[in-house]
Amino acid sequence: MAEALLEVRNLSRRFAAVDALKQVNFCVEAGEVHALIGPNGAGKTTFIHHVSGALKPDSGSVHFAGTDVTALSMHQRVAAGMARSYQITNVFLGLSVLDNVALAVQGRQDSGSSFRFWKPVIAEQGLFDEAFVYLEQLGLAERSVSLAGNLAHGEQRALELAMALATKPKMLLLDEPMAGAGPEESARMVELIEHLARHVTILLVEHDMTAVFRLADRVSVLVNGSLICTGTPDAVRADPAVRRAYLGDTA
Amino acid sequence: MAFYRPAPYQKPLAIALLLAMLVLPNVLTAFGQEFYIGFATRILIFALAASSLNLVLGFAGMFSLGHAAFFGTGAYVAAICMANGINDALLVFPLAMGVAGLFALLVGAISLRTRGVYFIMITLAFGQMAYYLFVSARTWGGDDGLPLVGRLNLAGFSLNDDAAFFYAALASLAMSIVFLGRLADARFGRVIQAIRENETRMEALGYPVFRYRLICFALGGGLAGLAGALLANLTGLASPNLLQWMQSGTLLVMVIIGGVGYLYGGMVGALILLCLEEVLAGFTLHWHIGLGLLLLGIVMFAPKGVAALFGKQHG
Ligand SMILES: Nc1ncnc2c1ncn2[C@@H]1O[C@H](COP(=O)(O)OP(=O)(O)O)[C@@H](O)[C@H]1O
Ligand SMILES: [Mg+2]
Repeated sequence: MAEALLEVRNLSRRFAAVDALKQVNFCVEAGEVHALIGPNGAGKTTFIHHVSGALKPDSGSVHFAGTDVTALSMHQRVAAGMARSYQITNVFLGLSVLDNVALAVQGRQDSGSSFRFWKPVIAEQGLFDEAFVYLEQLGLAERSVSLAGNLAHGEQRALELAMALATKPKMLLLDEPMAGAGPEESARMVELIEHLARHVTILLVEHDMTAVFRLADRVSVLVNGSLICTGTPDAVRADPAVRRAYLGDTA
Repeated sequence: MAFYRPAPYQKPLAIALLLAMLVLPNVLTAFGQEFYIGFATRILIFALAASSLNLVLGFAGMFSLGHAAFFGTGAYVAAICMANGINDALLVFPLAMGVAGLFALLVGAISLRTRGVYFIMITLAFGQMAYYLFVSARTWGGDDGLPLVGRLNLAGFSLNDDAAFFYAALASLAMSIVFLGRLADARFGRVIQAIRENETRMEALGYPVFRYRLICFALGGGLAGLAGALLANLTGLASPNLLQWMQSGTLLVMVIIGGVGYLYGGMVGALILLCLEEVLAGFTLHWHIGLGLLLLGIVMFAPKGVAALFGKQHG
């Protein structure tokens, strides 16, 4: 078995009356694309929040690259090599596309410690050159001077990815990168993720089953906060419990 | 939001203004209006205090209602130093900045764990606590405050002369504005402006947001401390009223009038508010009504503040 990059053990989280996550055991191996699927409200976004450090579990632990990161804050986990994109596009709308990515590059270069008070950033060509490389990778090079707020929806999703990549992560946490995209944009995003997957491990939360079955090496299914099944796409598709709980109602 | 960039003509304008300020004491003296040198110095000092709040509020988005506590702390540091025979400005000013900055670091370390209304309330509470502390400190004059005998010396020159002191205040303001302008364009400035817009996103990019806000809060407190030390030297008194929430409110009004998040906002606001106070107070005791009307006008016609009327470039 390949080495586990991410390992989640017995993770539980309760919101008021909702058991959002129940004793979840989950593991992502280095190099794989691991899809997490499940009906709306299953707890997928909550799970991503716990992996990234935005939320802390009631019990259980998160291990990343061999260390227990349960007590680490989000920025510390980013430094350890986790990067995420958001289900709802979350970029700096009033900044240029290039400035958005430059912020991400800057954060990584300084390990988050940009305590430099004197030298103007615009004189730092290296910062913008590097940011531009990520824009090229994601097909946004022509849009570099546009305001992020003026981008099309699909372009904003790509910008999210560029910012996440600029932190040079070991693992990308993608929360519904196709959300709200048209068929063409989705197809482009699938290609992009396929391309990225050659260099980085990906945990992909996605609704679009065509995309999931095309991209994923393994699939896990979350229903009502419980992980009911993990396996290859074909195995998961054939699993009767999954068909009953989930695929049945969408197919 | 965009990162702050001054319009291209603002820098030459600021330099021209600085040159004009250099001859102001001579001009006023030539016309026999020496009284106004003190008034002009007061404007410079409040411009510095308001600019320090603008760093915290405008650039980093931290709505502090306790900023005057650091201003007043600087005043007391100067007064206490001088009462103990320490009269060298090159020692006292850095000390005032350091003590006020450390105090801000302490207040920030606690209050920056909260957000929104809670942050406003907790900074207000810390400010009032500091105020009552000085009111009850008998050794430092209690609610009468601590008077200063004479003024500091700078590099061997006495600042007792009003014109000399004016230049000391001018230099302090000019250096601070240059520092703040550089800071806004530097890596640190970009980070705090981006945190103001979306702190969660910055965390997710790997930035320790709390640390940035804290350092920015302490820097603002330190600059306010410098302004306080200057003001105590100007008026000859470190009064507990300088720490009060009303004083924080005055600084806030200056920033809002001048332009929240504009490099020259604090300067413009201090100039307008103090001049208005001077003029209106000469006409009527109810000058606050005039001030209220002005605020209303600014909110209606220049909601981003007066400095914003002079254009801003996005970069
Ligand atoms: N902050 C919160 N407070 C209370 N309940 C929440 C919170 N976040 C999520 N939930 C609940 O937890 C469950 C899982 O939500 P979520 O993780 O967003 O699901 P998914 O992403 O799979 O659609 C839902 O019932 C949701 O209402
Ligand atoms: Mg979700």
